[in-house]
Amino acid sequence: MDEVILSVKNLVKRFDDNTILNGISFDVRRGEVIVVLGPSGCGKSTLLRCLNALEPIQGGEIFLNGQAVDSAAKDLTGLRQQIGMVFQSYELFPHMSVLNNILIAPVQVQKRQREEVRAEALQLLERVGLREKQNSFPRELSGGQKQRVAIVRALCMHPEVLLLDEITAALDPEMVREVLDVVLNLAREGKTMLIVTHELSFARAIADRVLFIDGGKIVEQGKPADFFDHPQTERAKQFLRTFEYESVK
Amino acid sequence: MNWEFISKYLPLYEKAAWLTLKLGLLGIVLATLVGLLCAAVRYYRIPVLEGIVRIYIEISRNTPLLIQLFFIYYGLPKIGIRTDPASCGVAGLAFLGGSYMAEAFRSGLESVDPIQSETAYALGMSRSQALRFIILPQAAAVSVPAYMANVIFLLKETSVFSAVSLMDLMFTAKDLIGLYYKTTESLAMLVGFYLIILLPVSALGNVLERRLRYAGFGA
Repeated sequence: MDEVILSVKNLVKRFDDNTILNGISFDVRRGEVIVVLGPSGCGKSTLLRCLNALEPIQGGEIFLNGQAVDSAAKDLTGLRQQIGMVFQSYELFPHMSVLNNILIAPVQVQKRQREEVRAEALQLLERVGLREKQNSFPRELSGGQKQRVAIVRALCMHPEVLLLDEITAALDPEMVREVLDVVLNLAREGKTMLIVTHELSFARAIADRVLFIDGGKIVEQGKPADFFDHPQTERAKQFLRTFEYESVK
Repeated sequence: MNWEFISKYLPLYEKAAWLTLKLGLLGIVLATLVGLLCAAVRYYRIPVLEGIVRIYIEISRNTPLLIQLFFIYYGLPKIGIRTDPASCGVAGLAFLGGSYMAEAFRSGLESVDPIQSETAYALGMSRSQALRFIILPQAAAVSVPAYMANVIFLLKETSVFSAVSLMDLMFTAKDLIGLYYKTTESLAMLVGFYLIILLPVSALGNVLERRLRYAGFGA
């Protein structure tokens, strides 16, 4: 668990004059699960988008296994294959069946044998409880089912690291669990993940390390028990308080 | 109704119908190519070309085909470009149809949310792979109804070809009316032949639309 696979150094992201990320640095080691927390609009999602070069960056560097990641990288598609991403809005391809959604990239991009990927896809679908949905189309699935398919689709590319961008934020509460259980299982297997979420108890259960971002900077980081029980900064305390309710009776 | 007259001149109409169909389809194929090109220029916002395409689309959509044909047929020879009636008709149809097709394709392309391409890129796809596997199939499904409407519209517009002395269906009908005053028979055959050409095209459009739109999206 010591090998650094993703390294972010002094990352700066601006939209015109608006600085979103202002000098973010951290390392991700193999098998590590990092949860990124912070108030909305603090740049968490932008951070994930920068990590697989969906956003050009204005300063700093990102390295994946020593290779520089930026939107001008020579082997950008090769790099992106090693970085899986799951979006808040699932983004399954609506014109393809569940199985084809999963197979398209491994078969067309990685040029793997269709039968081999199919066997793997079915096994993964089985594990997330959706094997019988292999021939369904996205519009026939619930939000939770779509998101589980999106996770399988990312996993089938065998990425080095998985980026999960508020993957339960668009789900009905009773569907959140079925998706998070899948992610918890991935963590047990030692999958390297970077997770943006607002589910604090999930964050606490899954994280090896919490990064708390505000104002474009990492304000506080540490083990989940420390961060949640003894936040050091006023900003983090204030953030955590917004999740608590006092009884009005 | 004089059936003898009709059976006598039916072969003449048949010949004209083939001409109408041939030039119409050729014009539509070219219009489709022009449309794809223009839609790509606008979708990718290619500088300079985008401005030219915009101007072309406005001119093409806001002037009648008849005037466009006159320009090509009588105007271009003045600057040394001489055309025969057939290529003039095809060029006119391509010029008019190109802009309508461009708008049909563009609306299809723009109906696909950009995050769909980002998802494709995140899976390691190149721009061309994302276009081919993810964007075009979805855009096509949205464009088909407008595309088929344009095809029908353009086939009907061929009726002004007679103005540049092409012996198409309209020309034949006007000719026969002028020669024999058999207005009813001549017009009945004209309408009949346009229906024979267009009804199958309409039916094809309906089938395509249903296939792409519903089967494609899984309902």
